[in-house]
Amino acid sequence: MSEANGRLADWTTGAEAIVYQSCAACGAKQYFRRSFCCACGTPDPAENYASGEGTVYATSLVCRAATPETRAHIPYNIVLIDTPEGFRMMAHGDNDLAIGDHVTAQFTPFAGRLVPYFARTKS
Amino acid sequence: MSYITGVGLTAYGKHEGSSSLDLMSEAAELAIADAGLKRPEIDGILCGYSTVSPHIMLAIVFAEHFGIRPSYAHAVQVGGATGLAMTMLAHQLVDAGVAKHVLVVGGENRLTGQSRDASILALAQVGHPQYEVPLGPTIPAYYGLVASRYMHEYGVTQEDLAEFAVLMRSHALTHPGAQFHEPITVADVMASKPVALPLKLLDCCPVSDGGAAFVISREPTGSTRVRVRGCAQAHTHQHVTAAPALSELGAEIAIARAKEVSGVAIADVRYAAVYDSFTITLAMLLEDLGLAGRGEAAAQVRAGHFSRDGAMPLNTHGGLLSYGHCGVGGAMAHLVETHLQMTGRAGNRQVRDASIALLHGDGGVLSSHVSMFLERVR
Repeated sequence: MSEANGRLADWTTGAEAIVYQSCAACGAKQYFRRSFCCACGTPDPAENYASGEGTVYATSLVCRAATPETRAHIPYNIVLIDTPEGFRMMAHGDNDLAIGDHVTAQFTPFAGRLVPYFARTKS
Repeated sequence: MSYITGVGLTAYGKHEGSSSLDLMSEAAELAIADAGLKRPEIDGILCGYSTVSPHIMLAIVFAEHFGIRPSYAHAVQVGGATGLAMTMLAHQLVDAGVAKHVLVVGGENRLTGQSRDASILALAQVGHPQYEVPLGPTIPAYYGLVASRYMHEYGVTQEDLAEFAVLMRSHALTHPGAQFHEPITVADVMASKPVALPLKLLDCCPVSDGGAAFVISREPTGSTRVRVRGCAQAHTHQHVTAAPALSELGAEIAIARAKEVSGVAIADVRYAAVYDSFTITLAMLLEDLGLAGRGEAAAQVRAGHFSRDGAMPLNTHGGLLSYGHCGVGGAMAHLVETHLQMTGRAGNRQVRDASIALLHGDGGVLSSHVSMFLERVR
């Protein structure tokens, strides 16, 4: 996993990784990358790789897509995942996931990109 | 003090060959005539946006097209909350003496002016460009996520949500301008095509052409007097990924502020006009606003509470779900209908008493909220 411009590469730039930021001053975690902490404004929050573990917060199975590229994948499950690191993220997941399920991240091709995909954690 | 002195509304559905400016003009003409005013008396213009014809100066484009040289004009953009946000601003502008008569207008040929895919794609851009949009979500998916969580936390079922679609359709049946005129049942909603589960086709508002407008004035211009009693906003997030917990959403914040500034209590409200882009939106907002107990809105629909003859008539024109949704104009139709009800002009839809009304708009994914109380004064 490479760093570009001092930033950790993640799935938004094609790498198999989920990255979040944490603020050294106030401890807040944030998923959307910024050059400052959106809770307290302190610059340069630290970047970290997430473990890829999580719990399902919400799901919606998309059956009607708006582009030929995404239509090829229907149905696909859009999920919101709460991570043990303390941030929430949107991803894809198994079609039968239920709220509260413990899940683990993989990465899968979708509409010409690599996207995070959560499957139920094997116990 | 401000008064809503005129309202105008086109039919919603297909307006083949009409541009966004045409539909805005048609509604504006109706509203100005309803206020008993002439074009030169309009000194302020607020307009929304058009996804079919985006422009960096839409209010000025409209002013030139319509033939007005206002002393105050610009566009406003907060998604589905735009209509009420413009009304709130117009209220404050006339109250502050900046303008005497502000024209608030929205209209778009969203159905015939672009493909349905193009509409869905344009609207999905309310999502985060790096962290959400690449996953292929749609607006129904954003709301489908919220629906799944709300159903989980409060025991609401898909059949419960279907009740709101049936109610809105039953109201639309009595309005000649509504997009849909075929009655539907809970079974029809349940059997409709899945869009973004738990939401199905009939849980979703349609894409429409249409326009709506109002005039907000410092003084009444006729014998009917509907005044803005008080209003407030709340904006907690843009993206659903960044939304707070269900118990901390903006509707509850906005209504609390609106009650405070207006001195109106929910018990005083006689008519409700609530944003209904999806059945889940309406169910949640009714409960967030305190118009129904938590998890109880669907039961209240079944009991007739929100019907035309019920204790709290709701969206008697059919709402976004069945009157139609043309973008900014979509929820403005709620205010037009409220005004008709408050002034006794709703014809066969007239309710017994609409002396105090509560309006609520939502933009984004429950991101932006405007709550407003209107009052009929004699």
